Amino acid sequence: MNIDSIQNGVVLDHIQAGKGMDVYKYLRLDQLDCQVAIIKNARSGHMGKKDIIKIDSPMEVDLDVLGYIDSNITVNIIRDGVRVEKKHLKLPRKLVNIIHCKNPRCITVAEPQLDAIFLLSDEDKHTYRCAYCDTEKRRKL
Amino acid sequence: MSIRNLIDITDLTVDEIDELIATAEDIIANPAKYQDACAHKQLATLFFEPSTRTRLSFESAMLALGGSVLGFSEAQSSSTAKGETVGDTIHTVSCYADIIAMRHPKEGAPYAAAQFSEVPIINAGDGGHNHPTQTLTDLLTIHREKGRLDNFTIGFCGDLKFGRTVHSLVNALSRQSGIKFVFISPDELKMPDYIKENVLDKNGLPYEETASLEEAMPALDILYMTRVQKERFFNEADYIRLKDTYVLDPEKLVPAKSDLCILHPLPRVNEITVSVDRDPRACYWKQVKNGKFIRMALIMKLLGIRV
Repeated sequence: MNIDSIQNGVVLDHIQAGKGMDVYKYLRLDQLDCQVAIIKNARSGHMGKKDIIKIDSPMEVDLDVLGYIDSNITVNIIRDGVRVEKKHLKLPRKLVNIIHCKNPRCITVAEPQLDAIFLLSDEDKHTYRCAYCDTEKRRKL
Repeated sequence: MSIRNLIDITDLTVDEIDELIATAEDIIANPAKYQDACAHKQLATLFFEPSTRTRLSFESAMLALGGSVLGFSEAQSSSTAKGETVGDTIHTVSCYADIIAMRHPKEGAPYAAAQFSEVPIINAGDGGHNHPTQTLTDLLTIHREKGRLDNFTIGFCGDLKFGRTVHSLVNALSRQSGIKFVFISPDELKMPDYIKENVLDKNGLPYEETASLEEAMPALDILYMTRVQKERFFNEADYIRLKDTYVLDPEKLVPAKSDLCILHPLPRVNEITVSVDRDPRACYWKQVKNGKFIRMALIMKLLGIRV
């Protein structure tokens, strides 16, 4: 299967196999006009199988979102057909307006215009807590 | 200088809590020394949810410091009834007051308020979440009754799920040494996992969970009773089923230690019979009185006032 190399854009590599569509949705890539390729189950020496997303347009990727979804993802910035930067992710300490609290007693549910703020509480378990009400949220992916 | 708020008890260090207790003790011993400490300062008490002790103790505290008070005691008498957000209400009030104490039924409302305020915010209770000034009151009372804040066994009894005073006090005591926690509750009202995991397990602190107050009683140095709060239930049938699970009466106190200290954040309904009030181990009315003094110390601290 041939997928054209991109000239200027972003390649998201090492996505856990089967999670490419979730990343696509979280980053709202459906709203882009440019070509976007999702490669599922690509062979990987390290991971066995992996997903890859190629975005054929320079764009700022929200690293906090990606880090929250899967901190093993690598972000490759492509300029003139050459990789000029490779970014490794880590779990962000703070998430703002990425996930939302579901606790019906939380003020952010009653007043959704407030920033939804979650703070990393357990790095090993990938657990975050709502900064307002302490409700726990574990990463789903 | 950045604004200091008290949203969660852990916003204060252990040393700062010790300092507040020392100030409160000095206020009790020398009230006249503090009578003009907050002259020309205004405290706003914004109570979106009913309260007797907390609101009046804040107001009494500010008046005893020579300051003045303004505010409202129910959401219906504020623009909240018209749909105003917490942020806009706080933005407005912080134009009129030097410090704000707020109670709100929604968890995290004071945290939200602090994002919009130009003056210190004190959390006077946010739903079933936290109640840090009650915790300061509890700590002052324990310190006055036991002479220390470490090395004792404390039992929390009743609604440990929605009991905001319990959550804040466990948090505060987890930073002291030699504390053993006993959680006495029905299954439906057990201590939330986030307190057990993040506060107790994380710090290697011992705790027991039981449904039997009678079994726990002999080992306790402090018994912290709580009310099952009707306002926290979405389903009234659950409230009715659970509300009288524990009733402390003189008979249940027979196997208790002679120097047991019985605390309750009040108001009570049925969980402590009136006959227990005559027992010298009942300290909850002393708690009420201490609440004013520790809030005086807190108001001064957040306003940066030293006497």
